[in-house]
Amino acid sequence: MQDDIPTLRRILARDRTIAVVGLSAEWHRPSYFAAKYMQERGYRIVPVNPRYPQILGETSYARLEDIPFPVDMVDVFRKVEEIPAIAKSAVAIGARTLWQQLGLMSEEADRIATDAGLDSVWDRCVKIEHARLFGGLNWAGVNTKVISAQRPQQG
Amino acid sequence: MADRTFQPETLAIHAGQIPDAATGARALPIYQTTSFVFDSAEHAASLFNLQTFGNVYARLSNPTVAALEERVAALEGGRAAVATASGMAAEALALTTLLQAGDHVVAAGALYGGSVTMLAVTLKKFGIDTTFVDATDPDAFAAAVRPHTRAFFAETLGNPSMVVLDITAIADVAHAHGLPLVVDNTVPSPFLCNPIRFGADIVVHSATKYLAGHGTTLGGVVVESGSFPWDNGKFPGMTEPSPGYHGVRFYETFGNFGFTMRCRMEGLRVFGAALAPTSAWQILQGVETLPLRMERHCANALAVAQYLQADPRVGWVSYPGLPGHPQHDLMKRQMRGASGLLAFGVKGGLEQGVKFIESAQFMSHLVNIGDTRTLISHPASTTHRQLDAAQQLAAGVPPDMVRISVGLEHIDDILWDIDQALARAVGG
Repeated sequence: MQDDIPTLRRILARDRTIAVVGLSAEWHRPSYFAAKYMQERGYRIVPVNPRYPQILGETSYARLEDIPFPVDMVDVFRKVEEIPAIAKSAVAIGARTLWQQLGLMSEEADRIATDAGLDSVWDRCVKIEHARLFGGLNWAGVNTKVISAQRPQQG
Repeated sequence: MADRTFQPETLAIHAGQIPDAATGARALPIYQTTSFVFDSAEHAASLFNLQTFGNVYARLSNPTVAALEERVAALEGGRAAVATASGMAAEALALTTLLQAGDHVVAAGALYGGSVTMLAVTLKKFGIDTTFVDATDPDAFAAAVRPHTRAFFAETLGNPSMVVLDITAIADVAHAHGLPLVVDNTVPSPFLCNPIRFGADIVVHSATKYLAGHGTTLGGVVVESGSFPWDNGKFPGMTEPSPGYHGVRFYETFGNFGFTMRCRMEGLRVFGAALAPTSAWQILQGVETLPLRMERHCANALAVAQYLQADPRVGWVSYPGLPGHPQHDLMKRQMRGASGLLAFGVKGGLEQGVKFIESAQFMSHLVNIGDTRTLISHPASTTHRQLDAAQQLAAGVPPDMVRISVGLEHIDDILWDIDQALARAVGG
């Protein structure tokens, strides 16, 4: 599990295609908030949810293995017991990062991802981290822990 | 590699303010604007839905104010903060976000007079009851809990009672009942005490005092720890769709800064006690030197306390920095110093106390604290005047009490002014 600022910056600057497993099509759900935010920041969002044909204007796939193009990050909004299987899929499709959302901490999934050489993040929101490290969250009075003499960098 | 944990001296200067994205300005720009443009109708909708972080209108957020919010959150070791137009506005924002009609608060009796009035009179008018208990007695807090109790409230260092709160003991009682401990940490400032480390859940500040530090600017801050479990069933306002902000579930959506977002989007938005950007800038100028100033305030106050303790013209001295104070050891466990505030009684009583205040040469008779200047006041006739005699005693304010907020003048000059004023008050 990785959690330091330079690593999170590196992941968010590198991984431009994000498969969001468990993305909801309901506008007020946290997964929708996060994915919409990242899409607006120039990331390609790939919904993974068998319940919908399309979310946020992108085709939704039933499983990670169904996505017909490379995925950089697998961002997980599912129950913790389902995450090890998702981690195995992430490894199988050649993703670079397994990202477990705020409140999710599957040690088994973390181990599967780390053993296969993937970056692994848990208990973090991809949107909140992007806003924390590349600007935005500081407008909401959140303690970003960024101490720097550089202007905000763009992710 | 783990991220570096920076010391408060560094946070006081840097937290919340990296160089300006647009201009590279190193010092904090004052964004003197009420409103912020939308890039498109879609951007506007996204901002209003809180899907994009950004500024809309300065009553909700402003970049200059946000720098202060983040800096105080960082100094407190909290997750997030929201600034307000005054300390009382911060307290009102925190409590009205937590509470509704029918709810109940257990509060320490030894509180600033304005806080007593807010709880006992103003919130009561809206159907929120408060039971005041001895701040030093955790069992009294536990015994006062009712089915609809929703918060504990206390000061980390009582103004002007100088009672030190055993934060861990009271927080443990609060948490055992599924309740947040809200503390006013104004008197120690975040440099001397970080209540969240000891279990507090919400910290409020009058930034007017030591944070701003120069007696120039009103402001307040609410800080959230980020660790209170708002989904414990007692706080539907945090977990259910908000009727005050089109159905957002604050805890689910914003997680460990959900309380701060709710304060901002519900409370600040409708009550409107937002901090002005120029005020935020003035307060931040003060915060940059907070550690330096607090060290000197504490050193000067300890010297004053020792001087008064040895003076036969003085009846009693209350300063937790003195080894004889009943909570001296607790203060040392929780705080880096005992602040610049102390209280004493001039021998003879009320009349001599008033004469002492009127005899000072440069010590200022006014009701603020936490200024560079040494300030003196008589709480029973000023800040606590609205309370009756029994309430004054419960708030730790005997009639002969003189409060000193020891400033940053040279200690020899401060002691000289105290000596000559005592001589005029009681002779000798």
